[in-house]
Order: sequence, then structure tokens, then C-alpha cells
Amino acid sequence: MYDIAIIGAGVVGGMVASALSKYDIKICILEKQNDVAMGATRANSAIVHAGFDAKEGTLKARFNVRGSEMMEEVAARLGVKYKRNQSLVVGFEHERAEVEAIYKRGLKNGVKGLRLIEKEELQTLEPNLNPELSCALLAETGAIVCPYELCIASVGNAMDNGAELMTGFEVCGIDTEEDGYLIKSADGRVIKTKYLVNSAGVYSDRIAEMTGDCDFKITPRRGEYMLLDKECGNFTERTIFHTPTKMGKGILVSPTVDGNLLLGPTATDIEDKEDTSVTPEGFATIFAKASDNVANIPFNKVITSFCGLRSVGSTGDFIVKERNGVVTLGGIESPGLTSAPAIAEYVEGIFKDKGVLGNIKADYVATRKPAHYFSTLSMEEKNEIIKKDPAYGRIVCRCEGITEGEIVEAIRTNPPACDLDSVKRRTRGGMGRCQGGFCSPIVVGLIARERGIKFEDVTKFGGGSIINYYKTKGDK
Amino acid sequence: MSVKADLVIIGGGPAGMSAAVAAYDAGIRDILILERDTSLGGILRQCIHNGFGLHRFKEELTGPEYAYRYELMVRERNIPFKLNTMVLDITQDKVVTAINGEDGLFEIEAKSIILAMGCRERPKGALNISGTRPAGIFTAGTAQRFVNMDGYMPGKKVVILGSGDIGLIMARRMTLEGAKVEAVCELMPYSGGLARNIEQCLNDFNIPLMLSHTVVEIHGKERVTGVTIARVDENRRPIYESRQYIECDTLLLSVGLLPENELTKSADISLDRITGGAIVDQSRQTKIEGVFACGNVLHVHDLVDYVSEESEIAGRSAADYIKGKTTTGKDISLITDGKVRYTVPQKISAEENVTVYFRVSDIYRNVRIVVRDGESILVNKKKQKVAPGEMETVTITADMIKNIKGNTLSFSIES
Amino acid sequence: MTRELTCIVCPKGCQLKVELENNKILSVEGYTCKRGLEYANTECTAPMRTLTTTAPVVGGGVVPVKTDKPVPKELMLECMKVINTVRVSPDAKIGDTVIENILDTGANVITTRNVKV
Repeated sequence: MYDIAIIGAGVVGGMVASALSKYDIKICILEKQNDVAMGATRANSAIVHAGFDAKEGTLKARFNVRGSEMMEEVAARLGVKYKRNQSLVVGFEHERAEVEAIYKRGLKNGVKGLRLIEKEELQTLEPNLNPELSCALLAETGAIVCPYELCIASVGNAMDNGAELMTGFEVCGIDTEEDGYLIKSADGRVIKTKYLVNSAGVYSDRIAEMTGDCDFKITPRRGEYMLLDKECGNFTERTIFHTPTKMGKGILVSPTVDGNLLLGPTATDIEDKEDTSVTPEGFATIFAKASDNVANIPFNKVITSFCGLRSVGSTGDFIVKERNGVVTLGGIESPGLTSAPAIAEYVEGIFKDKGVLGNIKADYVATRKPAHYFSTLSMEEKNEIIKKDPAYGRIVCRCEGITEGEIVEAIRTNPPACDLDSVKRRTRGGMGRCQGGFCSPIVVGLIARERGIKFEDVTKFGGGSIINYYKTKGDK
Repeated sequence: MSVKADLVIIGGGPAGMSAAVAAYDAGIRDILILERDTSLGGILRQCIHNGFGLHRFKEELTGPEYAYRYELMVRERNIPFKLNTMVLDITQDKVVTAINGEDGLFEIEAKSIILAMGCRERPKGALNISGTRPAGIFTAGTAQRFVNMDGYMPGKKVVILGSGDIGLIMARRMTLEGAKVEAVCELMPYSGGLARNIEQCLNDFNIPLMLSHTVVEIHGKERVTGVTIARVDENRRPIYESRQYIECDTLLLSVGLLPENELTKSADISLDRITGGAIVDQSRQTKIEGVFACGNVLHVHDLVDYVSEESEIAGRSAADYIKGKTTTGKDISLITDGKVRYTVPQKISAEENVTVYFRVSDIYRNVRIVVRDGESILVNKKKQKVAPGEMETVTITADMIKNIKGNTLSFSIES
Repeated sequence: MTRELTCIVCPKGCQLKVELENNKILSVEGYTCKRGLEYANTECTAPMRTLTTTAPVVGGGVVPVKTDKPVPKELMLECMKVINTVRVSPDAKIGDTVIENILDTGANVITTRNVKV
């Protein structure tokens, strides 16, 4: 019997797990995919929003502003890259009134460090912007963070503190019992829990239905992105938004914490909760809209394109509520990443009030070793490590300079990387300009060796994502 | 660990080994080859097909055999090399930073450096193909490594995009190992691969080569389940009505090779926008004195034989540099007309015979290759056919160079 | 009958034109060397190919191999089957014969690198 089961290991579920794992209770995290961070967390804008977008008085506004305040400390504690690079909402002359309206809303939401700026200053700050732009809102608290790294680190921190992660656990039924809930997985596993947190992203409405609470619906909103080579990471220093529309904040241009340039997202509402394909229309939209704000973007430097699904709730706001021991966290679309630590803090409060949590564990560990610590070490420090383990001297991913030691560590550290893409998300191995062309055969070999599985059983991202079918010849 | 060396060669593939042997034979002894892989040979180790060495050795060798001949030459001369060693940085004053498991992170102060890092394949991201991102999309070279080195089959039913030589070679290779190759799609109206490879890799196995076709959409959630291909118009835009679905579990990409010049850039060496490699003179010297480049890091070659030839020039030039020999002569820039896409070298600064390598930008028939010094024609060479996939050469003699009046030589294709 | 061929002897890839009558070669055009003429002759009568592939090594892994002379084109897939059944010694050196006279073609299958590198 678990005290609390968390369904969905995205950044919201992960942050909740991390917050709750402080306490002396039994926690499990149920994830239907092969790894954490596989839904919207994997593919979003990677922005810590300042908090001027959401309408005053909404949950979005509240959690955004609080989350933005918390993020720097949370990222530092969990060893996740975070950079306060500031953001700009830019507008043409005819959009001046909207830019000013956003500024006022930001002030009402309690966002600090907001300033309206004019063309001249804008051009000085960001020389690559479209020279036609005439005004902008500068948000000093605007920041960037790596969303899947934050999720991996928070789940890892929860696991280091005793939480259990069950991957491949696709919840297909929830039975209400007198003292809790029976949660059934499609593969036959069943777990029992006293309380449950529904952070199932685009599926949070389905999970809510299983608990008998179906007063909302989630519509997936497709968001396509393009990622450019690190050569272009300095193309803009700040995150550039255009004045927003009803469908979202428009196509942004932003550096990432890893030094790439990110363009996107598009916004199309769909029914299919799995459709993460990229489209020619998406490419065209990104191309056109990004070029409105930033001139001469080097589109020939695109190294990959992808699509994420935002969970848009039917209420128009985040759906955060508790009933009969079930905490529902639905419709956590943008600014969901920014809000995640604040939502987790709020959920912690709910359980604390219910008297579920009790005391903080004596051996609680608040911090996690930074995922990319090795690359930040000095030559002497690196050599100390290489002397003990030569694997740290063997570069596997040439483009990103990732060593065998770091990859093996990712396979052995909570939450353990178990397929090619999960190694990539943890180490950046295979994420560079050659996109795994050279290193993926080597990484497949390392995963097989570390996990004691056959070479041909290593997948790209679990399930049927087979990389190699069989041995060409020899004893099979 | 901090060491000095007369000559550091970055890369132990065919280019690095040839350069090392040539430098040794020119009298240099303090050489160090740094190779990132587990053995010498570079990409030739996985190119197990034959067709290498016809020029060099007057016989047809497989990739590993060609590499082994050079490895023996390196070993016979006891030229030192470090394996599993990745160079992370080079500076303008020729300090090389490298890492491996035995020595850790270390620096070498070199008198001279030869860049021989080779090239890599253009990845799928650069293509912006719509659809899903399942398993089963590989560059041809990655698939080649899985099949030929690891001994595993990354696909059973295959579509290949791009008809570069590696794509053609892999069409045959996958077929021999039991896969069904449904089609090779080529965006251009001609193949970038060698005619012999179309014959023996596709025609021998009745694999269709679909010219002016591209993949417009990838299907499949976990593993590729199919691709949609389409014919393209003269502007290389897909024609919607010509869309056609092909069921397959694998998409191999053979859409071009890119010289790997990250280190070159880190030393702030100027690159040629077209070749993607350093700008060099006839000795293969880059902007920095004593830093040379050769092989596929300089420009992508079709034949390893030419890589060896070029690398010997770089090796001998590095030896001259180390021994303090300097060349005299004015700088002559080689310029092109667009039909000639690029030349290597890009400039000549010595009065000696220089073989200029170049590629053309389209297929041209019954043309002349013309080299001019202002109005006067130095070379006028008839060709039945020139094609982008086949490197051409022209020799500019020392006499011609001595008598050049201007500061440029212009290369053009004329009818 | 006229047959058009691409010579595969060297990377030049000459386009050959062969005039045939009842499978007898009357004339060959387009070749630029002696080997091109030979190629046209064999290609139109009994096409031959050098087969390159890998062979399994005792204890796992594969080693590249080739036929040391061309084999009849139509036997390539049959040869593959035979090669896939051998087990090469882990001590084999480059050039070692793995299979002698494969399928009575007169060609030996030899390794093209040392198994141990």
C-alpha cells in the first residue's frame, strides 16, 4: 500500500514527487512510457515565463509568478541548467496598445522587473530583430531552463529519497475502495494507494474519468518546433515573443540553456492525443512568423524538428483540485513548466493540511548531482576522475563531447536511462549536429552491456521502437 | 601530461596515415597521430566493399584492405599514434588539447598540425521531412556501421533517400543480407553516385532509382511503417498529385557529406563556403602557417586514392615547414564561374606544378574546361561529360605559373 | 540487338554499347581500356561480380570477407548463404582463406582484415 501514487511522470508529476519525497511516506510514480518526460515535457518552449501573460486572478497567473520566483533555487538544488536571459514581447507600431496592456497586466500579476522599451534600445539589445519593430516589453525575470532535464532531476531526486518509479505502467482502470484506490496497469500490474495525484497531461481527463470525476476535457494543442545548430545559439540573447493571440504566445525565438536556437511553437487544436508529427504547414508557419520578429534566421542550420502536445483544459485555466483524496492537475498547458514548482508546493500544502505527510525524513537529500557536472570541471578535476575511471576519457558523442563515463553514469543513476533517447535526454549524447549518426551504435552497445540485455533488444524509446531487428549471421 | 611534437596529425584515417607516411619519408620523425576510434583506418573500416586502390595500388581493394596497407606503412616506420583519443581544441599557436582514458586531458605543443578529421553525414534534421519521428531512420553510414561492424540488421524493408555512393552501396549490402530495398529516391534529376555503383548496387538487384523524387512524409509511431514519396518539379518542390505511399520499416539517408571542421573553426581558420573545408594553397596550408588540411575534412572526395594523393602533399609540405623551407612566389587566387563550383586549392603561392581538383555544379556534355589568366587561355581541355559526382583535375605547370600576369586564374566550363 | 552497359571495372563508369546477335558479340563501343572490353564480353555472356560481405566469427561478431576473384553474378545470394554458415577463427589474419573454391566457382573467400584489431 502506497501513501501517494502519482500518475504521469512529466515535469508536473516529477516536481510533485520531489516535493512529497521529503516526507516519511511511501510514494510511487506511474508512467506509461519507457522513460519520464515523454509527453509535453519533452517538447515545449523551455521558457520560465515572467508571468505577465495570464489573466489576473487565474491559477495560471498565480502559479506562474510563484513558479518563476522559485525556479532559480529549484534548478540550482536539482543541478539543472537555468539562465535568466530575460524576455522581450515585441510589437509593431500598430500593436503598441497591446504591448502596453501586457505590461499593465504584468504589474497587476505582481511581476517584478518589467519595463517598456522603444525601438532604439530594442535594436541595441537585440541587433538581429526585424528593424520594423517599434516597441517591446522587457521582462528581467524571463529565463530559460531545460524542461526534460528538470523533470529527470526531480524524479531522480524523488527516487533518491525512496520514491518508486514504475515505467511501462499504463493506467487502464482505477477502483475506489474504502481505504484508497486500486490502480491497474494495462500489463496486469496492480498497485494500491491511499491518495493519488493525477498529473497525466493530455490524458488527465481520462484518468479523472476513471476516478469518477469527469467535469473537464483536455484538448491537445499541437506545437511544432525547429531547433538550430549551436552555431546559432547567440542569434538572440533574449527570448523573443510576439504580442500574443488567443491561441497562445505565438512563435518565439529563443536560445536554449544548451546553446541552440529554438523556434516555435505552432498552435493547432486536435483530438488525437498522440499526434506528434511535424507538418509542412508547421515549417511554413514557423518560418514566416519567426522571420516577422527576427531577421535573417539561418534556417539552413536546423538540426531537428519536433512537435509537442499542450494539454489545454476546457475551463481555460489550470485545473487544480482535490476530491476524495484525488488531486487533479489538469490542463497544465503553458506556463506549465514555469508553474510546476509552484503547483508542487501547492499540492504539498494540500497533503500537509490533510495530515498525510508527517515528518521530514531524517536522511532526506534535497540536492542532486548536476547532470552535466563533468563538462564544467577543470582539467585537473577531470583528470582525477579519468584516473579512477578511464571511461571518462573516452568521448562517445563527438558533437557534444560526451564521454562513455557520463553515459554509463546516466544508465546507472536515478531515474535510469534505459533506451537511446533517454540517454540522449540525460547526457546530450546524440543531440548534436550529427544527431547520433556516429555515436548511436556505440551507445546501443553501452546500454546492452550495462543493462545485461541483447544488442538488438535496445530500443530508441521503448515499446516497438526497435533499432536493430536481429544479428545478420552467426549464433543468434 | 604536456608534450611537444614536431607534427601532430588529427585523424588516423586514410588522410592522416598518408600524410604521416609522407612526412616521415620527408625526414620528420617526431610525429604523433591522434585517432578517436579504436583502431587506425577511419571510415574505411566499415566500407567493406571493393573499388578502392585502383589508382594507388593498381588493384581493387576493399576499404579495410586499403586501410591496412597504410596501417602497415605507419607501423613499419614506427610512427607513434594514440587511439581512442579525441582532439577537443586547437589554438592559433598550435596547441592541441586532446582526451583519452590513459592520458586523461592533455595538451601538445605542435610545430605543425595536419587536419585530417574526415567528414560526417548530413543528418535527417536538416531535411525537414514531415511526419513522425519513429525508430528506423538512419543515415546510410550508421546503418553501414550496424551491419558491417556490429553485425546487426537495422532494417528489413528499406527506402533510401539520396543516391550518394554510401546509399547505393548500402542498397546492395542490405539486399545481400536479406532485406528488401523498395526504392532509392533522388531529389536531383541525376545521381550523385558513381555510375558503376548504380549498375552493380541497384541494377544488379532490380532496385528502382527514382530520380527527381523525394520523401515528403515519414509514417509510424514506434518504428517506421512507411514513407510517402513524391516527384519534384524543376524547382525541387514536391508535386502533390504524385504522392505515393511505400510500406517500409526503414528509411536510410544518403543526402550528402559535410567536412568536420569544428576544430578548424576553433582555431579561427577561414573556411570555403562551398567546400565546407579550409581555404588552402597548393601545399594544403591553411590561413595559419604550419597548419595543413587534407582528405575529406578539406573537401569531400569520391575516391580514397585521391585522398591519399592529397594527403601526401600535406605531409610533405608540413615536413618542409618544420625544416624551415619556405616557398616564394606571388599569391594567385583561383576563381570559378559557377559551373565550376569550387577548386582545391583555392590559391597558389609557389612556382611548381599544381594539380587543381574541382567539381562542377551540374551535368554538362561536350564541354571544355578552360583556365584563363586574364584574356589568355592556359588550359583548354575537352570533356565528353562532367558531373557533380565526379571530381575533375587540371594541372597548372610551374611554367604557366611563372608567366602569369594577373593575380587570379579563372576556371570555367565552356561549350 | 544492342545492349547498353555501364562498365564497373573502375570508377570512370564508361558507357558501353554492345552489338549482339544470338548472344554472340559483334562489336563493342565506348570502352576506354582493355579491361572495359573484357567487361563487355563477360557481362554479355557470363556476368561476374566480386562479392564482399561479412562472415561470423567464433564467439560472436563478424569479420569482413570477399571472394578473391569474381563469381558468377547469379550465384551471389547462394554464396552469401554458404558464407553465413562458416565460423571464422578469432585468430584469423587478413587474407586468410575462410572458404576454398566456394560453390565450385574457383574463387576462395578470404578475410579482408585481421579479426583482432
